[in-house]
Amino acid sequence: MSAQDILVLAEVNQDAVADITFELLGGARELAGATGGQVVAVLLGHDVAKHAESLSAADRLIVIDDEQLADFSPAPYLAVLESLVGSEGPRAVLAGSTTIGLDVAPMLGAKLNAPVVNACQQVAVEGDLLKITAAICGGKVLAEVEVSASPAVLLILPGSFRPTEETGAATVESRPSPVELHRGAVTFEKMILPAPGDVDITQQDVLVAVGRGIQQEDNMKVAEELAAVLGGELAASRPIIDQGWLPTTRQVGKSGMIVKPKCFIALGVSGAPEHVEGMKDSELIIAVNTDPGAPIFDVADYGVVADLLDVAPALTEAIK
Amino acid sequence: MNIAVVVRQVPDLVEPLEIDASGAALDVDEVEFLINETDDHALEQALLLKESGGGSITVVAIDFGQVDDVLYTAAAKGADRIVKIPYDDDDRPPRPAEAAAMIAEAVKDIDAELVLVGSSAHDELEGVLAPLLALKLELPYLGVIRGVKPGEGGSVTAFKEFPGAAMAQMNVKLPAVLGILAADQPPRYVPVSRIRAAMKSTEFEEKETAAAVPEPNVTVLRMHHPEPSGRAEMLTGSEDEVAARLAEILKEKGVVQ
Repeated sequence: MSAQDILVLAEVNQDAVADITFELLGGARELAGATGGQVVAVLLGHDVAKHAESLSAADRLIVIDDEQLADFSPAPYLAVLESLVGSEGPRAVLAGSTTIGLDVAPMLGAKLNAPVVNACQQVAVEGDLLKITAAICGGKVLAEVEVSASPAVLLILPGSFRPTEETGAATVESRPSPVELHRGAVTFEKMILPAPGDVDITQQDVLVAVGRGIQQEDNMKVAEELAAVLGGELAASRPIIDQGWLPTTRQVGKSGMIVKPKCFIALGVSGAPEHVEGMKDSELIIAVNTDPGAPIFDVADYGVVADLLDVAPALTEAIK
Repeated sequence: MNIAVVVRQVPDLVEPLEIDASGAALDVDEVEFLINETDDHALEQALLLKESGGGSITVVAIDFGQVDDVLYTAAAKGADRIVKIPYDDDDRPPRPAEAAAMIAEAVKDIDAELVLVGSSAHDELEGVLAPLLALKLELPYLGVIRGVKPGEGGSVTAFKEFPGAAMAQMNVKLPAVLGILAADQPPRYVPVSRIRAAMKSTEFEEKETAAAVPEPNVTVLRMHHPEPSGRAEMLTGSEDEVAARLAEILKEKGVVQ
């Protein structure tokens, strides 16, 4: 336990350690190298000790096993973390900007009267300061911030750190919950998995993805026609899913599907970090967007600054 | 069910975002504001719950940006009461912790069983409003919710998003705060004529708050636009020229025969 340690909130989704956790461990290793502290991973759950080996890149792994932590609910997670972070006193707490991290980390910061920074992409240690670059406004603005207080609670965007490939020899400390946990007002009932039947976009060679630039549902046919001549399928960024124009199984992004097709055509997709994380490893990326500053052009191989409603039909005809 | 809905203004990402003279904040004079998208979904979810089980909706907002437009629209959609919290600083939107302190004070007076707020906003840098509001109200919280159904015995069923298009079905005993990502259906369209009518008939209730505002503990040194990576080869020309070149590329790469 040291005031220079970097604490990582590990996540398990559907009985597997989440990718973001390996990224956080990778980032934490670099930070701990600079602070001279250790990487301390914290795994909360019930019957989760089996995941300890895959988290061995940490110097220490604290496993808190409790029936009340079997399925995620913010209150018990928060109670355990508040106690644990309070007693460990690390320099920083790294949590993923995920469905779990977003629920817990802001409240953890407030409970500990600690600074909280969202949407972190880079973190560096400079003496007593942490210098952080955060990507806000859908990645269109970068904020350079510094914090001096410890611990700092940092919500890290997926894809920000190189995942660790180390298999270290973490000391595993299995402990009961440091605080008594009760079934609170929020209880898990069941996990609903996507209904079989829809196309699995992770298995497609060609995806035509639509974003906000499609403007209205009637325009979806422009993308459908392009996908059809390419023998591909439709996918989308979050706003299109939220409009109900495509099912959630078609959502590309950190909280949707991670896709790596041979060809990904992004039509009117701005390229928010949430989306880019789900498609950046595609073999060939073509982006069409009216905004020359759209972050999607930073990951595309070919870009066109134009209205998709002009380019997509022309491309469909050209391929025919 | 009495529902409070929190709405905020965020910069419109379709418009250019300028940095102000300090170099460390957005130039709010040059920013077009619109309703935070997830707050719009929170309002829609409240309207759906009211339609299915009755009750009332109180919309609460801090007076910043062009929030009146948002509030009249909310009234036109079916909000019963509008509470506006005065805010003096025209140059910067309130930080999440600041907003949580102010909104909590206003919401306490509403006696809401359910508080709905967007689970995040794209301009949140120092914390996230929704969970901080729950903490201030000393109410249970669950966020990143896609849909809420009325439950039994003073509870609701909320569907929390998980990766891979999975959703956790959760029972939430009320009172509680839910951070909404998306409503059960997209936010409804409301004709301009109804908004105009609401502008004539709606009275905002002003709620001065004397909330202790927490001091910032994060220093923003600089804001800037990301440097273009220069990775993409940009194609120019008419639509047909660009389309012909793209078709060639797709052929060269073996995507089409």
